[in-house]
Amino acid sequence: MAQSRYEDGIVAGRLSPDVYAQNFSDLHPPLDMHEARVAADRCYFCYDAPCMQACPTAIDIPLFIRQISTGNPLGAAKTIFDQNIFGGMCARVCPTETLCEEACVREYAEGKPVQIGLLQRYATDAAMGQGQQFFTRAAPTGKKIAVIGAGPAGLACAHRLAMHGHEVIVYEVRPRSGGLNEYGIAAYKSPGGFAQAEVDYILSIGGITVEHGKALGRDFTLAGLAAGYDAVFLAMGLAGVNALRAEGEEAEGVENAVDYIATLRQADDLSRLPIGRRVVVIGGGMTAIDIAVQARLLGAEEVTICYRRGREHMNASEWEQELAAAKGVVIRHWLQPKRVIVEGSCAAGIEMEYTAMVDGRLIGTGETLTLKADQVFKAIGQGFEPTVLNGSGEAIVLESGRIRVDAEGRTSMPKVWAGGDCVLGGDDLTVSAVAQGRDAAESIHRVLTG
Amino acid sequence: MADIRSNFLGIKSPNPFWLASAPPTDKAYNVERAFKAGWGGVVWKTLGEEGPPVVNVNGPRYGAVWGADRRLLGFNNIELITDRDLFVNLTEIKQVKRNWPDRALVVSLMVPCQEEAWKAILPLVEETGADGIELNFGCPHGMSERGMGSAVGQVPEYVEMVVRWCKQNTRMPVITKLTPNVTDIRNPARAAFAGGTDAVSLINTINSITGVNLDTFAPEPTIDGKGTHGGYCGPAVKPIALHMVAEIARDPETRGLSISGIGGITTWRDAAEFLALGAGNVQVCTAAMTYGFKVVQEMIEGLKSWMDEKGHATLDDVIGRAVPNIADWQYLNLNYATKARINQDLCIKCGRCHIACEDTSHQAITSMVNGVRRFEVIEEECVGCNLCVNICPVENCITMVPLAAGEVDRRTGQVVLGDYANWTTHPNNPMKIAAE
Repeated sequence: MAQSRYEDGIVAGRLSPDVYAQNFSDLHPPLDMHEARVAADRCYFCYDAPCMQACPTAIDIPLFIRQISTGNPLGAAKTIFDQNIFGGMCARVCPTETLCEEACVREYAEGKPVQIGLLQRYATDAAMGQGQQFFTRAAPTGKKIAVIGAGPAGLACAHRLAMHGHEVIVYEVRPRSGGLNEYGIAAYKSPGGFAQAEVDYILSIGGITVEHGKALGRDFTLAGLAAGYDAVFLAMGLAGVNALRAEGEEAEGVENAVDYIATLRQADDLSRLPIGRRVVVIGGGMTAIDIAVQARLLGAEEVTICYRRGREHMNASEWEQELAAAKGVVIRHWLQPKRVIVEGSCAAGIEMEYTAMVDGRLIGTGETLTLKADQVFKAIGQGFEPTVLNGSGEAIVLESGRIRVDAEGRTSMPKVWAGGDCVLGGDDLTVSAVAQGRDAAESIHRVLTG
Repeated sequence: MADIRSNFLGIKSPNPFWLASAPPTDKAYNVERAFKAGWGGVVWKTLGEEGPPVVNVNGPRYGAVWGADRRLLGFNNIELITDRDLFVNLTEIKQVKRNWPDRALVVSLMVPCQEEAWKAILPLVEETGADGIELNFGCPHGMSERGMGSAVGQVPEYVEMVVRWCKQNTRMPVITKLTPNVTDIRNPARAAFAGGTDAVSLINTINSITGVNLDTFAPEPTIDGKGTHGGYCGPAVKPIALHMVAEIARDPETRGLSISGIGGITTWRDAAEFLALGAGNVQVCTAAMTYGFKVVQEMIEGLKSWMDEKGHATLDDVIGRAVPNIADWQYLNLNYATKARINQDLCIKCGRCHIACEDTSHQAITSMVNGVRRFEVIEEECVGCNLCVNICPVENCITMVPLAAGEVDRRTGQVVLGDYANWTTHPNNPMKIAAE
């Protein structure tokens, strides 16, 4: 056993070296050919299929599953990529239990949906494993488009624009492309460097240049881009993290969950990544689950998620909650942070206040509970950081703190489209970002060639 | 408890489940294992004439068609008759019959179409104490090229001739096994009847190629790059076999002819259906070759429980019970009208009934009602065809409801008459029988 297993504080190497690899391997092993055929056979090939309607990218699910069942996984992959070029990642990270698989008639009939996510992975893995490309660039149009952000929305837009023959320059502030696929998704959902492999697969269509280390509002302005390009697509995601608004928040050991996950995703050696012995996570969404589960997998002895409302209000799906519970995470409800208990300069615990709904409003009851914690993760949502826009010339209309767009992704500013997490009305899902990027590309293409 | 003891042509067996003449009955070792497992009888794999035995291919003998999860749906073979020495087989037959006196042991035979050849082999078989013989007029591959098997079964005159030779030269009951590779199964059955056969057994296997290898462009099973047609069997052939059994069972020319039912029998239910259509017993091969001999336990227990549940005391209460209900199309009641009815509580909204009806039939099922996904039958369009019932993945979700006499069929606008009327008297029939 690793020596530091029960050491207080935030330390690395709590587990034996081989356990890390085991803990962070594939959450769902992929289907082999026979399993895929059997799973595919359960699909009823529904008319106007409910699964397809539930998919934000509207993948023709019955068709691709039928293609798998007839021994044509590459054809299946083409069907998927036609609608969603990030079909590989979506197969891994989509909350299928609240999308296609929830809508599956077999879920309705017997509580066991067709394994759409795993089948999608089977098909896309087959194509990507062989380096099979399905798309080529149309003849160059001479149009140039700037895309801000190399995440799912930005690259989906770039890929579709490249297909139509446009030239695309993607500006990305981080050293790697992929956005949350590279920096945000839980490691066990996308092991083996899949996010970068997918980026390479997508970019191999050609006509797309990614410039890293370039930030809007710092290295260039929106007005400048709009003047210099035929169109601009904003897909910079959410840079801000909501504050706890609790005393002691600045103490060492209180961290943003998204930052920690980004570090984890980029770590070469997980045994050198420090983690607390007792970890408290504040929040109730997917990020809260992701950080809590990964804290456990890194060797934290106690991990508690505290959420200020009830189980039914959590944004994390029931399936995700069960995953956390299975990994030994304790989820507590109706608790909000009041004060971080600081010893020296470090967090030592957190005082939580019980909450209740009174007349439709959430209030603190005054009763408190103190949990020991040498590490506290904030996973209470992220916000759009609008200063990059306001500092760059003509203002864009925001609503509820995010960019307002129409059905085609157009902002209030001419020549500027936006999509992904930075726009209003999304659901913060990879698959929705892909749909918005793709649809904005089609809109841009119509305008530029119309 | 129902009594399922069988008496077929005076051959007694503790149950009506026999193993058909095929690889599982080629040796004493297999047959003894089958009897231990509970099989009521066997038809020993076909013996040929004295002399050097036939040879089989040394590559694959079998091909298959699979459903999901590689469930075997159809099977074919290019194996020939026994490739073991005649006297080894005869010795084993004699010993096995002695060891298992309560089980049926029938010997399948195939020798050239010459009376001398039959005269030579019949006493040898008789000497073993076997209960009867089955004439293999069915094998469609290999032996048929040599003028035996289905080459005989396809020529009624040969069938009659060989049956007559056998009846004249043995006291053993004669079962004539028919090939389905004919246009009308009644012709060889009538010929066998005319020749004096005690029973017919059917079906033997159907000419088939189970698939084509798309890399080598060779049919399956493939022997060194080439393939040949094999005999198709297994669950896929059951409907064809049921039809052929029924045609013989209801043929006035062969009334009283005993039938041993063969063809894709896998469960007790399959067996019960053959019995109902007039088979006196059944023979099984593919199910045993797929799952082993133990499957007979399910067949025995399943048949008994069904008979108990329905109050059938013996096999005679079941055999032939469905035969009076098989009619020619022209005698079906044209005044009988049904409409599909979808049980909305059971419907899982897959929409297959809608798209099947919409694309390929009568546009009689909705997909939306008041803006909501909902599948309902439009009675004005429904012809009662049953397509939706058959393609619905949920059992009993869609049912065909008969219209009662006096109701209006909303498709035709006609009142449903309670009486029976068929095509023979229908006004649209140019050949209609004039009213008296």
